[in-house]
Amino acid sequence: MSDRLSQIFRRCKQEKRSALVGYLTAGDPDVPTAEKLILALAEQVDILEIGMPFSDPMADGPVIQAASERALAAGTSINDVFTIAKNIRETYPDLGIVLMGYANVPYTIGFDSFSKQASESGVDGVLMVDIPAEENSICEESLKKYNLHRILLLSPTSTDERIKLAAEVASGFIYYVSLTGITGADMGEATAVKTQVENIRAFSDLPICVGFGIKTPEQAAQVASFADGVVVGSHFVSQVPQHLDHSDVMLSSLNKAASEMSAAMTKIPA
Amino acid sequence: MNNKQNESIYNLDIAHAPDENGHFGRFGGRFAAETLMQPLKEIENAFFKAWADPGFHAERFDLLKHYVGRATPLYHAKHLSAEVGGAQIYLKREDLNHTGAHKVNNTIGQALLARRMGKKKVIAETGAGQHGVATATVAAMFNMQCDIYMGREDIRRQAPNVFRMKLLGANVVPVDSGTATLKDAVNEALRIWVATCEDTYYIFGTAAGPHPFPLMVRQFHTVIGQEARAQCLEQAGKLPDVAVACVGGGSNAIGLLHPLQDDDIRLVAVEAAGHGLESGEHAASLAKGQPGIIHGSLSYLLDDDEGQIQGTHSISAGLDYPGVGPELAAMMETGRLELDSATDDDALEAFQILTKAEGIIPALESSHALAAGIRIAKNMKPDQMILINLSGRGDKDLETVMKMLDMSETGDKA
Repeated sequence: MSDRLSQIFRRCKQEKRSALVGYLTAGDPDVPTAEKLILALAEQVDILEIGMPFSDPMADGPVIQAASERALAAGTSINDVFTIAKNIRETYPDLGIVLMGYANVPYTIGFDSFSKQASESGVDGVLMVDIPAEENSICEESLKKYNLHRILLLSPTSTDERIKLAAEVASGFIYYVSLTGITGADMGEATAVKTQVENIRAFSDLPICVGFGIKTPEQAAQVASFADGVVVGSHFVSQVPQHLDHSDVMLSSLNKAASEMSAAMTKIPA
Repeated sequence: MNNKQNESIYNLDIAHAPDENGHFGRFGGRFAAETLMQPLKEIENAFFKAWADPGFHAERFDLLKHYVGRATPLYHAKHLSAEVGGAQIYLKREDLNHTGAHKVNNTIGQALLARRMGKKKVIAETGAGQHGVATATVAAMFNMQCDIYMGREDIRRQAPNVFRMKLLGANVVPVDSGTATLKDAVNEALRIWVATCEDTYYIFGTAAGPHPFPLMVRQFHTVIGQEARAQCLEQAGKLPDVAVACVGGGSNAIGLLHPLQDDDIRLVAVEAAGHGLESGEHAASLAKGQPGIIHGSLSYLLDDDEGQIQGTHSISAGLDYPGVGPELAAMMETGRLELDSATDDDALEAFQILTKAEGIIPALESSHALAAGIRIAKNMKPDQMILINLSGRGDKDLETVMKMLDMSETGDKA
């Protein structure tokens, strides 16, 4: 199993901060621009989540849905996703790289072929939104064979029984969805999130990253005070449609958003 | 109501059940976002509890009889049979249900379940609007708040049904994402449900989606096949040689065919061939698709070689869906289910044939089953019998048919 992710969390712990996990959709708004944006984001984050565009992103809000649509309209293929990952890996040997998406893309090209290519592209783990622990057998063997972490989601509706099941299956880290909703909605109440994160720790030693709905550095700092990692997605993705005609402004506003979030990671109250 | 009669016709055993995670063979399952896993389990638990409770069925059958108008007739279409000149054609008249299609069998069942679970609000997706109307109808009767998600494109195509839903007090929410049709309406309803599952029940409209929907929707529709089976024995003194139903997601098909699968009867599923199976413009996921994962289950679907879901085409909005229920996929792979298809033109022709021969205007969905059924009947003997599910009535399709016939007339003149 690739140990890069655990090294990242260990390093962050030594530096007394949370890891910043940043998401962008591959191929949004087109492959060359996306690669520039993702390279820029890689500079600011500890772990990069690269979204694999899908025609039917059922768990995503309008911002990431639109990103998926732009990427597919621009002709983004799964090979482009692998190529972007590979290029990022060459520049950033210590960065965590996770592919995030929906089951049908890896299922259709074959989990074995998908995992092999992901692994060869320097990917550390895979997060598939619609493959819960119960359906693990569909991808388990392939991911293990190619040393890919299986990152699982937990949510406020996850019962202790489900948390236990996920803890048995997950590796790399656990992604706690801080609200019952789709990506990009408003964040849940911070103290409630903290209680739930602590409950998950009773079942798993894996690092816990919290995401969904974190839009401001203040929110990020709040979450960073109790979570091992903070995931920012829609907030970064939303920089793209705001500046579609000016890719240089798009890049600079993403840089600004990312550095603000990165700075927030260090603000850990006692 | 007559409980004894119900006991004799309606078998409440759950035959051919999926495994505990909802797998029918290698298909089905629960490929859902984590947030939905617990709500789905709660529905599953509530469903099994209700299904084991005679009180639930007493209430359900009472509504099916007095509100929906069941049992629906089995009609020996003698004129059509004579015109076709082959097997005796029998029609299961689901078009005579309240709201004009089989869909209400399911919405009655799920609304009763939602009420038992204490949910105050229901949501549903709809394509043609039939499931939306059936949901809005029961929501009105049960005094539940109701939001119907519908693709903007379908809202444009199905204006009368949109008006019907609004009259019934439902809020029709337009969906603009993706292709703005049924699949996108399902995506949007799932997204909303993720955020509202605490007080909201999602009445899924077909025998697809994550477990327990394929099982539950099937169980609420098996009343079709159970009645038809008993009626065939009573009216014809025998079971049919062939049973035929159209397939979009597959709810009317599994409802008719499931109770007949242990009999020596050919079971035929008819998919929408649109402009032709080789045209690339159709909705034949079993014939032309490949296994994949969409809307919470593993089944056949129409996607490209990288797993992106493809746009579909059918004259019938109710069949215009890129996926299909997992149990039908499993029945096809074991060879129990035969596949057939009908093009837009075939369906339009069958629509007119039945209307003129029997004075029954069928839904365009059901016209696909009729088109294939007539073709099969032609090659059978007059002492043989074919059962066709007339899943809905055609009033909703008059505008579409009018346009198509105008077009072909103009075409003839040109």
